[in-house]
Amino acid sequence: MTDLVIVGSGPAGMSAAIAAYEAGIRDILILERDNRLGGILGQCIHNGFGLHRFGEELTGPEYAWRYEEKVRAMNIPFKLGTMVLDISEDKVITATNEEDGIFQIKAKAIILAMGCRERSKGALNIAGTRPAGIFSAGTAQKFVNIEGYMPGKNVVILGSGDIGLIMARRMTLEGAKVHAVCELMPYSGGLARNIEQCLNDFGIPLKLSHTVVEIHGKERLTGVTIAKVDENRRPIPETKEYITCDTLLLSVGLIPENELSKSAGVSLDRVTSGAIVDQDRQTNIEGIYACGNVLHVHDLVDYVSEEAEIAGKSAAAYIRGEKAESISVGIKTDGKIRYTVPQKITQNKDVNVYFRVSDVFRNVTVAVYKNGEKVFTKKRPKVAPGEMESVKLSCEIFSDCNELEFRLEQN
Amino acid sequence: MKRELTCIICPIGCSLEVEIEDGVVKSVKGNTCIRGKKYAETECTAPMRTVTTTMKCDDGSVVPVKTDAPIPKEKMFELMEIVNNSVAHLPISVGDVIIENVFGCNIVATKNM
Ligand SMILES: Cc1cc2nc3c(=O)[nH]c(=O)nc-3n(C[C@H](O)[C@H](O)[C@H](O)COP(=O)(O)OP(=O)(O)OC[C@H]3O[C@@H](n4cnc5c(N)ncnc54)[C@H](O)[C@@H]3O)c2cc1C
Repeated sequence: MTDLVIVGSGPAGMSAAIAAYEAGIRDILILERDNRLGGILGQCIHNGFGLHRFGEELTGPEYAWRYEEKVRAMNIPFKLGTMVLDISEDKVITATNEEDGIFQIKAKAIILAMGCRERSKGALNIAGTRPAGIFSAGTAQKFVNIEGYMPGKNVVILGSGDIGLIMARRMTLEGAKVHAVCELMPYSGGLARNIEQCLNDFGIPLKLSHTVVEIHGKERLTGVTIAKVDENRRPIPETKEYITCDTLLLSVGLIPENELSKSAGVSLDRVTSGAIVDQDRQTNIEGIYACGNVLHVHDLVDYVSEEAEIAGKSAAAYIRGEKAESISVGIKTDGKIRYTVPQKITQNKDVNVYFRVSDVFRNVTVAVYKNGEKVFTKKRPKVAPGEMESVKLSCEIFSDCNELEFRLEQN
Repeated sequence: MKRELTCIICPIGCSLEVEIEDGVVKSVKGNTCIRGKKYAETECTAPMRTVTTTMKCDDGSVVPVKTDAPIPKEKMFELMEIVNNSVAHLPISVGDVIIENVFGCNIVATKNM
């Protein structure tokens, strides 16, 4: 029996491990399928990590190293090259690696920190051939930044998520020509700063309300046809335009990787595709916690670490058998606010509630209603789907109710 | 003259409105911190960028590197050429200076290799 098993060693897994260690837990094991610690940060060589936490702009590998150094100094055990295959409801983990073969571990508590994967959906329904030269932006990032290999010279990017924007700059600096970034929606899903420093700095056009309608080429990609879309996101035939290119990168979003969570009986939120959790990041299965991109997709790693520390600390309390007085308050949203994390409150304490909105809204108020009465407001000049928001609710709000409603109201 | 900018200093990405007269920044609006004001001032006079890239190592692998301070924006491609024509020698630790003094900064490693 192991006290705490953590699946994944990205910033979420490492932060959770450190927090549990600091809360007195020593019997910890991190399982990581890659051959190094750090998760996705290893390939994110650009700067922009850790401004909130460390007050400086670190690159991904530097941010990961700050945590890896601590994990090593604390002698927290980890197994690399180890793939977790299954987790059962009674917290038996089945994993495999070259050295141990297939093995099982029973854990008192488990923290899920498997991160997310890239959506591939966008690529599947484009007309035309399927030549070589089509990559997800993250795969291209791994090629260029880890393997030192450029996947192409003339590039079109579909989707304006941050990874796509970052890769537009990266490939441009390495001598490729990025002809356009096409975004189906009328706004970009990426951070404003990335549009500025990754596209505008290099004169790369961001074509909003545009999509790729056809792929050309037999063996290698030779070009794509793009077109503007109408308000129902249907391509307008008269606006078709052919672009010669040898590479198409897809940056159409990320989705939490929750196959393992499902096998453990963890209930998932249909909007986030991650677990439904309480303020401690505990799932519906007692002793199983989730944090980081496996719970909901984060754009800022600082929030990943913060969330993982909550999970680590809470798991430690659970392992020690501490029980707090419990309440049950659900959180409902109005659609303009797409989701909240946590989705429910089970203990009477101050809680930061994180959420995302469905569209770009200006001059709005985030309002929290309890039994039909407005009990909390926060004004925001602008909110956008690409940027996670949060409000801090004090514990009094949770008394005498079983549901709170989050609404976004126009000022 | 008015100029609209998006601050790139942190992920908040404030929309800035800058008032410029004879090449001098007169006022900055829309920033939520002092760094935004500073950014607007340099961006409208002498824009600077931190560059992150990779560099070949003597065993054929690549090490991620960065400029330890922002460099003039128009020097980015020249800097890339310098980095791409150099080879880093292993072993390397985070923070090691790989190339000294290019455009007023050092190229430092961001990963242990
Ligand atoms: C390309 C990209 C660019 C980004 N840019 C920025 C930025 O500029 N600034 C910023 O603040 N944030 C940025 N982010 C966000 C931030 O990096 C992520 O939110 C954060 O790294 C997520 O951490 P995580 O630990 O949840 O997941 P990950 O880092 O993905 O770690 C998950 C780990 O779990 C392991 N794993 C998964 N399944 C299993 C299994 N079955 N068995 C064993 N191990 C498993 C994986 O191998 C991986 O190592 C970016 C994210 C991406 C993807």
